[in-house]
Amino acid sequence: MWKHLPLWKLLSTVELSTSITKSKAIFSSALNFDYSKPHYIKFFSSGLYFIILFLFLFFSDPSPNLTFQSLQQPKTTTDAMALARRSSGLLKPLSTASSSSLLQRRPFSTDDTTTITVETSVPFTGHNCDPPSRSVDTTPKELMTFFTDMAFMRRMEIAADSLYKSKLIRGFCHLYDGQEAVSIGMEAAITKKDCIITAYRDHCIFLGRGGTLLESFAELMGRQAGCSRGKGGSMHFYKKDACFFGGHGIVGAQVPLGCGLAFAQKYRKEDHVTFTMYGDGAANQGQLFEALNMAALWDLPAILVCENNHYGMGTAEWRAAKSPAYYKRGDYVPGLKVDGMDAFAVKQACKFAKEHALKNGPIILEMDTYRYHGHSMSDPGSTYRTRDEISGVRQERDPIERIRKLIFAHDLATEKELKDIEKQARKEVDEAIAQAKESPMPDESELFTNVYRKGYGVESFGTDRKELRATLP
Amino acid sequence: MASIFQGIGAATSLSSSASFDTKKLQFSSVRSLSGKRASCVVMRSGGVKMDSDSNRIGGRGDQLVTNAVATKADNPASSTASKPGHELLLFEALREGLEEEMERDARVCVMGEDVGHYGGSYKVTKGLAQKYGDLRVLDTPIAENSFTGMGIGAAMMGLRPIIEGMNMGFLLLAFNQISNNCGMLHYTSGGQFKIPVVIRGPGGVGRQLGAEHSQRLESYFQSIPGIQMVACSTPYNAKGLMKAAIRSDNPVILFEHVLLYNLKERIPDEEYVLNLEEAEMVRPGEHVTILTYSRMRYHVMQAAKTLVNKGYDPEVIDIRSLKPFDLYTIGNSIKKTHRVLIVEECMRTGGIGASLTAAITENFHDYLDAPIMCLSSQDVPTPYAGTLEEWTVVQPPQIVAAVEQLCR
Repeated sequence: MWKHLPLWKLLSTVELSTSITKSKAIFSSALNFDYSKPHYIKFFSSGLYFIILFLFLFFSDPSPNLTFQSLQQPKTTTDAMALARRSSGLLKPLSTASSSSLLQRRPFSTDDTTTITVETSVPFTGHNCDPPSRSVDTTPKELMTFFTDMAFMRRMEIAADSLYKSKLIRGFCHLYDGQEAVSIGMEAAITKKDCIITAYRDHCIFLGRGGTLLESFAELMGRQAGCSRGKGGSMHFYKKDACFFGGHGIVGAQVPLGCGLAFAQKYRKEDHVTFTMYGDGAANQGQLFEALNMAALWDLPAILVCENNHYGMGTAEWRAAKSPAYYKRGDYVPGLKVDGMDAFAVKQACKFAKEHALKNGPIILEMDTYRYHGHSMSDPGSTYRTRDEISGVRQERDPIERIRKLIFAHDLATEKELKDIEKQARKEVDEAIAQAKESPMPDESELFTNVYRKGYGVESFGTDRKELRATLP
Repeated sequence: MASIFQGIGAATSLSSSASFDTKKLQFSSVRSLSGKRASCVVMRSGGVKMDSDSNRIGGRGDQLVTNAVATKADNPASSTASKPGHELLLFEALREGLEEEMERDARVCVMGEDVGHYGGSYKVTKGLAQKYGDLRVLDTPIAENSFTGMGIGAAMMGLRPIIEGMNMGFLLLAFNQISNNCGMLHYTSGGQFKIPVVIRGPGGVGRQLGAEHSQRLESYFQSIPGIQMVACSTPYNAKGLMKAAIRSDNPVILFEHVLLYNLKERIPDEEYVLNLEEAEMVRPGEHVTILTYSRMRYHVMQAAKTLVNKGYDPEVIDIRSLKPFDLYTIGNSIKKTHRVLIVEECMRTGGIGASLTAAITENFHDYLDAPIMCLSSQDVPTPYAGTLEEWTVVQPPQIVAAVEQLCR
């Protein structure tokens, strides 16, 4: 329990005991109090203060007390009741308080049965379709998973930032922090058989699809343990078994590929969909509209997700697009505008879109999101937008903070536990980085592997067929 | 003739009767016909040839042969009266190959402009949509960039699409998809995804089609890593290369030529698949090696007739595989003749001939008695006027003159 004591309270006790003899003098000079010390210490007589201080110290840290109590009771959703419990905890006898220190960890994330209904921050706006409802059902386990996964993603991107600055990651590095809710919400609504394809801001989506931190960092650093064996880099993360198709450097080129994935799904009569992600910058590419036309023509189960972070590298959306309402750009294709910083809104929208796409063909989802970093690591991110804007969004719309508030509102974990999760994320990220650093660079022979597939005997001999120069696998 | 083959070596791949037929080519006037699809070069597979068994090359019953290897005279059964195989035009041969592969593997699908209901602008896919349905023979809108991308995306998921460009020049719009996604995805994904697409279409200089419809894209695509390029020139190798390309797990670009679609030839009834990386020995010889591909093969063979009359013995090789080059066959030929002439339809600058010249110089410099000569099209946009267009491409008299100069 003493660990919970802030230092000033400890000092004040010490200081008080030494000044007990001075109390009368203190009391007499009440009007000349010393501002350097909290003034109420001077006003109370030492004995009375000591008793009150004693009681105060024991009940100063309400959190372990409170949540232990709340765990015994069934959860309900209103804030008022939570507040009532909080205040009632203060008056609980000491016995509970002493045992609370033993409950540092208790299972908070295994509850999968109770349903919590969350309202999305803003209602959905639909174009040519009826938007889904604002209420999203979720479970405590899902809430905690959201928090944990987003904490890992955030931590990974921040770590990638510092790795880039220490020149372990070279070239292009496009970071996703601020946009994590899109990846998390999407994963919650779909299965691993639904395909996702995206552009170059793919680290967190790879993680969401089941990629490991080691694979990500190793690929970023160009090591053998990377997901593409070090030959792809930041913009070419792929995970075939989880139907994650990358990872593409050319803006907009992944949209026809995504429609191709949807075509194959329709060809094989699978009940799955493809989420083709692109940004507000790519939304002006011609091939997007070509692909959309074809997808609509043949009713392909393609869902086009525009991650609108309002800046196409350095150009704001209103400077690049005559009509920045990207969800309406499909014209005959229905669209939905979603708050991309709210993981539950994203989840609801993706679920709705999947049902729609399987029945009626393509749909456009516009995720209104924001990236804190610049476009890439070589872009400071502040020449075309103000720091106030960035910090404003971070304060008001940060996806992790939103989940954190929800967790507190439903009493699923304490602040300390969430901090522990973040610390755990930091630890695992650091371990993954250390492990990735140990992974070797690719062998020289890897330069020639995977150029061709061994299809019809592609072997590159020397001209006399005597010396085997390279066997292309 | 047979003895010469034995001299060359068993590993050299030889095509079937088609290669011998080119010696007996009857060329009609090249100016008589007009129109997009017209090819006035009609090749008749002659009746009697030196080897009566030459028609049996490439297949034995139901066996699938991957190399078309010359068979020796052990099947004298076929007489001239009942010729085995069947006669068809080049576009029909392509269609036959395509149909056989679609029958064999349900994942093979075709997409392109007007391939379905219209039957293909050069009738290569005629009748397939009625047989296999609209999804498998997909009529796309005019959006080369995206339907090429779509084909590549479908290939990532396991299908084997054949993407048709109505004219090779239109595929320039899809260059990004072909270069970045088609060629490089296997590498950048560390081997996770394979892209077994076939990109095919007619290219080359036609009959006064204008500059934009007479493009030779082999020179632009040749440095894309990860793809293979082949050029067909006869019905026999068209069918074989089409089948090989579809079966290959790598992206293959199959270059056809607008003027060769109506070539007629007798091809075997049995199923056969050719090797994508091998060159074809069209006419063995002693004095000079002439390397060519696609339509220029016929100009070379025409020049060869004149050269034979003048006493030269040119060795003509149809390189067929534009990427990678079959340096083995080429090298063996150079070691024999010591003189090389490259005749191509590409532009002079940065064309296939330029790369081939560099490759031969690097590898076979010691075997050359004379510098390599490369005859290519002029570095100009193809003009519309008939006479100018004729001067853009290499003509047989120029080939004759070049050989005479080389063999001085």
